[in-house]
Amino acid sequence: MRRYVIRRLAQAVGVLWAAYTVSFLVLDYLPGDPVSAMAGLGTEGTADPAQVARLKAEYGFDKPVLVQYADYLGKALRGDFGDSVATGRPVTATIADALPQTLELTGAALLLAVVFGGGLALLATATPLRWLRQALLSLPPLGVSVPTFWVGLMLVELFSFRARLFPAFGNDGLRGLVLPAVTLSVLSGSMIAQVLAKSLFTALDEPYVETARAKGAGRARVHLRHALRNASLPALTVVGVLVGQLMANSVVVETVFSRNGLGRVTASAVSAQDLPLVQGVIVFGSLVFVLVNLVVDLIYPLLDPRIVMAGAGRWRIT
Amino acid sequence: MSLNEDLVAEAALGAPVGQGTGEWVPYRRRLDLARSGWLLLRRPGLLLSVLMVVAVLAAAFAPGLFTSRDPLVGTPSQAFRPPGAAHWFGTDELGRDLYARVVHGAALSLKATLIAVAVAFVVGGLLGLLAGFVGRWVEDVIMRFVDVLLSIPALFLSLALVTALGYGTVKVAVAVGVASVATFARVMRAEVLRVRQAVFVEAARSCGVRWYGVLGRHVLPNAIGPVLVLATLDFGTAILAVSALSFLGYGAAPPAPEWGTLIADGRNYLANAWWMTALPGLTIAATVLATNRIARALDGSR
Repeated sequence: MRRYVIRRLAQAVGVLWAAYTVSFLVLDYLPGDPVSAMAGLGTEGTADPAQVARLKAEYGFDKPVLVQYADYLGKALRGDFGDSVATGRPVTATIADALPQTLELTGAALLLAVVFGGGLALLATATPLRWLRQALLSLPPLGVSVPTFWVGLMLVELFSFRARLFPAFGNDGLRGLVLPAVTLSVLSGSMIAQVLAKSLFTALDEPYVETARAKGAGRARVHLRHALRNASLPALTVVGVLVGQLMANSVVVETVFSRNGLGRVTASAVSAQDLPLVQGVIVFGSLVFVLVNLVVDLIYPLLDPRIVMAGAGRWRIT
Repeated sequence: MSLNEDLVAEAALGAPVGQGTGEWVPYRRRLDLARSGWLLLRRPGLLLSVLMVVAVLAAAFAPGLFTSRDPLVGTPSQAFRPPGAAHWFGTDELGRDLYARVVHGAALSLKATLIAVAVAFVVGGLLGLLAGFVGRWVEDVIMRFVDVLLSIPALFLSLALVTALGYGTVKVAVAVGVASVATFARVMRAEVLRVRQAVFVEAARSCGVRWYGVLGRHVLPNAIGPVLVLATLDFGTAILAVSALSFLGYGAAPPAPEWGTLIADGRNYLANAWWMTALPGLTIAATVLATNRIARALDGSR
C-alpha cells in the first residue's frame, strides 16, 4: 500500500512537471510576444524599443529558450512562479488569496451536484412509475446541453431581478452563494446523474441482485446496499474528473456573478496577457486534478474489495 | 454521452482501453436510406434534432432563407421591443432585430465549431493512429503526452491558448479544438489497437500488403467509426466551449453577431430586456441538444 502511494505520488509529480512544460511551451514559446504586450499595456500598443529591450532582459526573454526554461522550472520547484505582470504581486500569493472563495463555490457546487445528480439517478432507477422515470431521465441530457453562463444569467433574471430572493452578484454570505453554486452544479450534476443511472440499471440486472432479493432483502436495501455500492465506482471516477472541470468553469460563473475568486483572477489574467499568472493557474489546476484522482484511486478498494493493487502501479479488477 | 462516460470511466480505472479483447465486430458500412428514414419517423425526437441541425446549417450558409433584415443596422426608435409578430426574438438596444442577429450569428458560431472539431479530429486522430499503429516507444511518448493534456482542465487549456494566440473567432476555435485533442487520440488509439488484432489485418500482412496499404485500406476504415461518433458528440461540446469563450470576450470583435457575444451583450440589459439573453441562449441549447441526440443515435446504432 505504501509503495503504491509513493509510486502514485511520483507519477503525480511527473504529470505536474509535464503540465508545467506544456504550459511553458504554449505560453512562452508560441507567437504573441509577451514583452511587447506588457510594454504596450499602459500606452495603447506604442511600445518603446528601449523599454522592450529592458523588459526582455529583466524577464530573461533575451536568453535561449532552454536556459529560460531551466531557470523558470528551478524557481517553480521552490513554489515561485514569478510575479504577476499586471499587479506585480507573486503568482503564488495571488492564487492563494483567491482560492478560498473559489473552494467555497466549487465545494458547494460539488455537494449540490452529488446530492441532486445522485438523487435523480436513484429515484429514476427505483421508481415503478414509467412516466416519472422517463421525465427524470430526460433532465440530464438537457443539463449537459445548456451553456453554463446562460443558466447563471437566467437564474439572476428569475431569482434576483424578478423574485428578489437572492443577490445578483458579490461574495456576501450564504445567500450570495446559492445562485452561483446552483449554476455551477448543473453540468456536473447532470453528468453524475447520467453515469450513475446507467451503472445502476446495469447493476440491477446482475445476478447478485436476484440473490439478494431471493434472500428476502427489501427493495430499499437491495437498491442502496447492493446495487448502489457496485454502481458507484464509475460515478466516483466521474467525480474525480469533474473537480477540475468545476474549478475551470468557475471562470465563467464568477464572471457572471461578479464574484471574486480564482476564476475572476484567471479571466483578468487572460485579458491582460499576464503569462506568469495564467501559467500558475494552469499548473495549479493540474495539481488539483492529480490530487483528486489520487484520492479517488485510494477510495476504490474501500468500495470494492475485489480491486487490488497490481504490479504495474494501477488498480486491477480481479 | 455514453461513449464519453465509458471512456472517462475506463481511462481513470486504468483499464487497458481496447486491448486484449479479441472479439471483432464489423460495422455496417452502407447507409440504408429507406431504413434510416423509417427509423427517423419512429423517433420524433431524433427527427426534430436532425431538422434543427439542418436549419442551423442552412442559416450558416444562407441566412437570407430565414430573414431579410440586416443584423448590423437597427432603427433606434424600435429599440428594446419585446418578441412579437414584427420581431420574433425582439430587438436590442440599437433597435436591431435579434432574430436576424441570431440567424446571421450561426455562420460565425458554426465556423468556429467546425474548426474546433476539425482540429481535434485531425490532430487527435493522427496522434492516436500513430500511437496505435507504430506502438513501442512512440506509443509511450504520445500517450504520456495525452495523459498530461487530460490532466489540465479543458477550459484552462483553452484559456492558455487564447492568452498565447490572441483574440478572434478562429483562434478561439483552435484553442477549443486543442483542448479535445486528447480524447480523440485515446479513442483512435483504442480502435486501432482493436482492429490491428483482427484476422483480416493479419491476412493482409501475410499476403504481403505494405504497411501503408494495411493502414489505409484495412485498419483506418474499420477504426474510424467510433471516432466519427466522438466527433458528433464533440460538436455540442465545442459549441458550448466556443460560446463560453466568446461570452468571456475573447471571440469575434463587437458588431459581429456571434452567439456567445450576443448573450454577453444581452447581459447588460438583463433587468429590462430578458429576451436579449434568453433567446440566443435557447438557440445554443437547442442546437447542442440536437447534436447530442444525433450522436447518441449514432452511438447506439453503429
